[in-house]
Amino acid sequence: MTESEALWLDEHRVVSLSELVEISGLSRDELIELVQGGAIPAREAQGASYTFSARVVTVARTACRLRDELGLDVSGMGVALRLLDRVHELEDEITRLRALLPRG
Amino acid sequence: MKYSDYYAALGVERGASAEEIKKAYRRLAQKYHPDVSKEPEAEARFKEIAEAYQTLKDPEKRAAYDALGQRPQGEEFRPPPDWARQHGGGGEGFSFDDLDFGDLFSRFNTRGAGFQRGAEASAPGQDFEVPAGISIEDAFNGTTLELQLSMPEYDASGQLRRVPHQVKARIPPGAIDGQRLRLPGKGGKGFNGGRAGDLYLDISLKPHARYRAAGHDLFVDLSLEPWQAALGATVEVRTPGGTVNLKVPAGTSSGQKLRLAGRGLPRPRGTAGDLFAVAQIVVPAKLSERERELYEELRQLHTEGA
Repeated sequence: MTESEALWLDEHRVVSLSELVEISGLSRDELIELVQGGAIPAREAQGASYTFSARVVTVARTACRLRDELGLDVSGMGVALRLLDRVHELEDEITRLRALLPRG
Repeated sequence: MKYSDYYAALGVERGASAEEIKKAYRRLAQKYHPDVSKEPEAEARFKEIAEAYQTLKDPEKRAAYDALGQRPQGEEFRPPPDWARQHGGGGEGFSFDDLDFGDLFSRFNTRGAGFQRGAEASAPGQDFEVPAGISIEDAFNGTTLELQLSMPEYDASGQLRRVPHQVKARIPPGAIDGQRLRLPGKGGKGFNGGRAGDLYLDISLKPHARYRAAGHDLFVDLSLEPWQAALGATVEVRTPGGTVNLKVPAGTSSGQKLRLAGRGLPRPRGTAGDLFAVAQIVVPAKLSERERELYEELRQLHTEGA
């Protein structure tokens, strides 16, 4: 059994639009719509294409699951992603506030 | 293998129409979808619902499922020997060994090849997402996880089997709660030359007796005697990287955070998180005679001063 190095899905790794299409299962058009709607942040536009932080791989895969398993269309995916992002922000905030409390 | 009652999973009658099945699935999926649900056991429940729907929404798969007859949920059984052949043409000697019930339908080829791999277009292997709980020490130092997975795969004769997979994954130092890592090509095998699927690790940090993590920062309780807090002191604080001396300034109150820069969890690139010692002034439950005198003196000093 060989050991494989796990890759960070973080802001230091960059993925192209076509890589994201392959990894996430979303179509190119769906991804572009989600980027333009602001639900998936792009790093920069390169001509007609985009590059992304690898952090969005998880977000795009979530969108694909929401499409396949709940039948959401692009605007549904966009709304759900924004709300999930907000929930995660709030959860992080709660974790930080709880960490400040003495264990008692 | 154990029989799954797909109709019961969706809460519909066996004679339900395709539309009723779809509606029941949509309703349950909204409630239990693991990305949005906070229901306990949402993930396991959703898996059952999705597996049931994947089979019942497809008329050919549904017919093959119905042909197995109605059995109690979880009953141990084997499909009749001619079942695979009747429903899609699984060839001679088709074996149901090493398969889960859901596998019977998940790779069911509705274009004639049944449970055997057809000479069809290639398809990528399945992606797997695996939760991995690690300790704060492992997050700090990095660790190697040995994962035991079970993946459906076609063997050399084209038969579907569930094959145990061992994956050794090196987690570099600096993973945090909620961190995702990707192991390209470590998921299920591709079909007919398709690329292998990927394996995703969903990291969570196990609760720790001393440290509380928030992102890359760590928090610890720092117990101080009243006089240490009032006069200042140098105290030892244990951190994942070793014990360090912390200078507590005079006049420290409970709840104040004392920062040890860079003593939290490392970042793969860039500076490490910080460790915060949260001051807790601990008043002795019992005072000695002498201590009582000194506290009395303090009280008098304050009463007179007021």
